[in-house]
Amino acid sequence: MPDMPGLALDAQAPLLDEAGVRRAVSRLAHEVVEANGGTEGLVLVGIRRRGATLATRLASAIASFEGVLPASGALDVTLHRDDFAQRGLRSAPLPSDLPSIDGRNVVLVDDVLYTGRTVRAALDALNDFGRPKVVRLAVLVDRGHRELPIRADMVGKNIPTSQEDDVRVLLQEVDGRDAVVVVSKGGAA
Amino acid sequence: MTTEAALATDTPSGGRTAPAWRHQHVLDLDDFGRDEIDAVLNTADSMREILDRRIARVPALRGRTVVNLFYEPSTRTRASFELAGKALGADVISLTASMSSVQKGESLIDTVRTLRAMRADVIVMRHASAGAAYLAAEHTDASIINAGDGAHAHPTQALLDLYTMRHHFGDLTGKRVVMVGDISHSRVARSDMWGLAAMGARVVVCGPPTLLPRGLRAAERPAHAETALPPVTVETDIERAIEGAHIVMALRLQSERQQGGLLPSVGEYARRYQVTAERLARAHPDHLLMHPGPKNEGIEIAADVATSDRSIIEEQVTNGVAVRMALLYLLAGYAPGDVEGGAR
Repeated sequence: MPDMPGLALDAQAPLLDEAGVRRAVSRLAHEVVEANGGTEGLVLVGIRRRGATLATRLASAIASFEGVLPASGALDVTLHRDDFAQRGLRSAPLPSDLPSIDGRNVVLVDDVLYTGRTVRAALDALNDFGRPKVVRLAVLVDRGHRELPIRADMVGKNIPTSQEDDVRVLLQEVDGRDAVVVVSKGGAA
Repeated sequence: MTTEAALATDTPSGGRTAPAWRHQHVLDLDDFGRDEIDAVLNTADSMREILDRRIARVPALRGRTVVNLFYEPSTRTRASFELAGKALGADVISLTASMSSVQKGESLIDTVRTLRAMRADVIVMRHASAGAAYLAAEHTDASIINAGDGAHAHPTQALLDLYTMRHHFGDLTGKRVVMVGDISHSRVARSDMWGLAAMGARVVVCGPPTLLPRGLRAAERPAHAETALPPVTVETDIERAIEGAHIVMALRLQSERQQGGLLPSVGEYARRYQVTAERLARAHPDHLLMHPGPKNEGIEIAADVATSDRSIIEEQVTNGVAVRMALLYLLAGYAPGDVEGGAR
């Protein structure tokens, strides 16, 4: 699937279609269990909003082949972001909802890894809830262009992109369908 | 929702829209729409969650300065603004009139300008004169929060009251909310009337005729005063007022604002208007009891009622911190001419 900047969302095929997203989630689920050496102490913490949806999916995927449903939670990083002065009130903060993370093996989950600033904010926010034994990072899509020394431990799909584009992960629960698409910055159409 | 519509309102951090917010200052609730009140209450939900964290501090307002400027005594309002600012990472300083240059004759406007010159971003102000916060807002580009101006307005108390009510009852449309006591001198009652009216509640105010503001009854209202206060039901009989109430709010006798001669005696007032268990038996079975504090048990409210399981007075105090965090956050994000939130 070629990377075609500037095209309208409905004028091109997605980078990942429904089956592609399903395979990527399934691959991530196996990698998470492998990295953790099982499900012992595992806590999946999704970054709101689509990261939280993905964390729930990963948890059920893991339950389907391990027979154990790992703990999961949702973390909102709006109030930990470093760009409030620039962004202002672009998105309303939402409450976080986490199980205990003290001494646990936390896997942070997000949909797209880009500059790394959201993950930095999430690491800060996690500190306020407790002290995990280890924190790993799982993302559905890594699109490159990091601005901070942050890398993902588990990646569903690496997608080289132009900085002129936005990569959007669409999920059934939020968007009505599963796909990964590229849209040009400054609007969907 | 089509995919394009979903994407149009999306931000890279998730699919949600900006909170509806159009205020540089928070002076009273008479110019707040329901969408803005909802924005404050929804944001306060997130703030409540932060307060329950082991480390209840986020860096959202790091580098901003909040000044509490209090010309009148206060315990909970001042303390909760301090805690709210600190929980968001702001620098907070508190000035009381007795310890500031006000004692040397500095005017309100000079004081506010001096604080702005020191880069205060938000000035939280309490003053004995109605309109003091409005005057300050005209002379500075810092955000002014009215933390009580005379008997006029106390919007942050009203918002925390609304938040506490919403937490228990959900939608307030059609809910019967009864305020009992010294309505005339209560800035809380006035702001609550505006907020409750915006949320669609049925408001009843009750007190002796001498403690009810003139012009509350539609028939007494001069034509030009049409918008001076929102429509409410007026009762002088507490039994009738409490009948079927979802929320009963007792208000303190504001003896510091009364001119005297308004009541035969405090004992007489307590006999006729004290909120008691017996009187609350007439309220809705799921009723709840509120009080903005400070309360005088045995006068406007019976001691056993204030601590009963129907009382959510302490909850009001806890929620006060979250609601004030929400306001500080929204004010910090206010952008003039920002139409994203749907400016009027």
